[in-house]
Amino acid sequence: MKVGLFIPCYIDQFYPQVGIATLRLLQRLNVDVTFPMEQTCCGQPMANSGFEKLATGCDRNFVRNFADCDAVVGPSGSCVLHLKEHLHDEQHPAEAAHLRDNVYELCEFLTDVLKVEQLPPVRFPHRVGLHTSCHGQRGLGLSSASELMKPKFSKPERLLNMVDGLELITLAHPDECCGFGGTFCVFEEALSAKMGKDRVADHVRHGAEVITGGDMSCLMQLEGTLRRQKSPVRVMHIAEILTADV
Amino acid sequence: METPVRTTHHAEAAAAFLRDEENVDWHNETLWFVRSKRDKAAAVLPEWEDLREQASRIKNHTLSRLDDYLLELEKNAQQNGITVHWASDADEHNRIVLDIMRQHNATQVVKSKSMLTEECHLNPYLLKHGIDVIDTDLGERIVQLRNEPPSHIVLPAIHLKKKHIGDLFHQHLGTDAGATDPQYLTEAARIHLRQKFLLADVAITGVNFAVAETGGFVVCTNEGNADLGAHLAKVHIACMGIEKVIPKGEHLGVFLRLLARSATGQTTTTYSSHFRRPAPGQTMHLVLVDNGRTRQLASPDFRNSLKCIRCGACMNTCPVYRRSGGHSYHTAIAGPIGSILAPNIDMKQYADLPFASTLCGSCTNVCPVKIDIHQQLYKWRQVLGEAGAVDPAKKVGMTGMDFLFSRPGLYRFAGRAGRRLMKLFPSLANNGSLNPWAVHRDMPKPPVQSFRDWYAEQEKK
Ligand code: SF4
Repeated sequence: MKVGLFIPCYIDQFYPQVGIATLRLLQRLNVDVTFPMEQTCCGQPMANSGFEKLATGCDRNFVRNFADCDAVVGPSGSCVLHLKEHLHDEQHPAEAAHLRDNVYELCEFLTDVLKVEQLPPVRFPHRVGLHTSCHGQRGLGLSSASELMKPKFSKPERLLNMVDGLELITLAHPDECCGFGGTFCVFEEALSAKMGKDRVADHVRHGAEVITGGDMSCLMQLEGTLRRQKSPVRVMHIAEILTADV
Repeated sequence: METPVRTTHHAEAAAAFLRDEENVDWHNETLWFVRSKRDKAAAVLPEWEDLREQASRIKNHTLSRLDDYLLELEKNAQQNGITVHWASDADEHNRIVLDIMRQHNATQVVKSKSMLTEECHLNPYLLKHGIDVIDTDLGERIVQLRNEPPSHIVLPAIHLKKKHIGDLFHQHLGTDAGATDPQYLTEAARIHLRQKFLLADVAITGVNFAVAETGGFVVCTNEGNADLGAHLAKVHIACMGIEKVIPKGEHLGVFLRLLARSATGQTTTTYSSHFRRPAPGQTMHLVLVDNGRTRQLASPDFRNSLKCIRCGACMNTCPVYRRSGGHSYHTAIAGPIGSILAPNIDMKQYADLPFASTLCGSCTNVCPVKIDIHQQLYKWRQVLGEAGAVDPAKKVGMTGMDFLFSRPGLYRFAGRAGRRLMKLFPSLANNGSLNPWAVHRDMPKPPVQSFRDWYAEQEKK
């Protein structure tokens, strides 16, 4: 199986270490993974602002880059969900459909496709708060949602529990939105910042040393808030924790 | 007493509400408490998710044959002795209500909770025509005395604290200055409202469910104020949006259970009153209102918002609503559901509302009739974008973004240049007046190398 590594634009530019960790993790699990060099963005910023139709060039570029992959894996639930729901290319509809069906968020890929039961030995002796990102949770079904009266589960939590020494903390609001919301974070600045502040407070109150999650955009929001508060609490993408000893 | 926020843009109104952070935290926690009660009430029913599915299907089916069910309702209601009126919009609805009043020489009206009459702005209309209309739901009476709209469809005065109400009642009802005891204040309101009930010529109620099969309707309240009004007055006018019809009485078993548990976490609403026919000597009117609903019905993307039973659960769960307050939505129905209903009424005026969301999807999950609320928010954004109702600067920006993202070479160049700029001028990137992000948050520290540059290097090795 040929897997294309999708590194969303803002991770590429601001968080290369997350891309590196994702690549290393997949390689350690013996996945045949490549990074198509001409990829850029999933198109979500335009679409969420009401301009889905303006993202055609961006969509086409995505299809061009990944069309020959059996599966695409990315370390961002939000971008992956957007691709699953909205990737279109009028000139290559079959390829776009194939990609919509075969694009995975990292934890989803590890759990559902690779069926990982055990990770290559990794130790991370810290108290960790898991931020559950909305698009991954409610959109991709990476974990059960508190609103639904259905059996509880969490794919990211299951993976984190495979890490030696890691202690997951319990939160008061385990699936409250962080307030990032794409362009919402600037157009509704005051509200977005307050949501970020409240989310961070929940983790801090419950003794997190590190906040993690599967979506770097939410983590950027939490990190930006923590940094402004000069908090010692660190933010790490789940891929970084799952490869912590490399 | 602070003056209520009246502005036409959600972000500005939210920012104003957020200035009193202590109050925001209290508002947030109070509504979250209601959401938690809902969770507990839902969790004890093993069939909860099945009930939601059934409710959704009954509503979908009804909407697919809405014309038939409405005519059936009309026929059966008429046979029961109810006079049925049809109103195509808010104006016609208001005129019909006023005409009925005039026929009965009525000047005093008591009204129980009805979001439809809020939507139609019935109160100011009646007042303008010399009719004294009193809201009898305690929360609604409070906001009426404050001369402001409800901030929540189930909990109209949830934005107010006991102190505000004490001050208000001192001013209007003559209670002791500084009183905050809920028992005392409620008693004062009860005495005040009793007089109004006794004087009223006409009682207006909303309708939670109208049953096509029987021609009757059900009104749910926790205070019994709808019953008291309707039983004492000679004339009962019930106003309903046309989407409130359900086919059969047996379907009430599904909806009444979902409504109370979703709204407040009660197992059942205190009073679920069934009205079938006027009492001897009384006249009963049912006003069926369209006001944009058939337009919504004609649109496959937005049709199923008409399934709404107005439980308010989507507001209680919404992380935005809880922190921005109901008035920030500047529409009769606030919160997530209001944000998908309002643009159908006036796209320009409410163009900001579908953007007042992070699309977290909690509303969709909590909705007892399974309306895909956050998906409709997304779809409204597309409609507004295409209709040119979004800030033109945004469109230029987004066109530029696509230009950039469809040209990998340019994207690489821009990324490198941007990171270099941020490194050279970190204070610029973290300057709140140039970059709204940075008012309360730090920007990420730009790395030396992008992932792609690192990867290219590895490949070479
Ligand atoms: S949209 Fe759903 S959750 Fe919101 S008020 Fe209507 S029925 Fe309740």
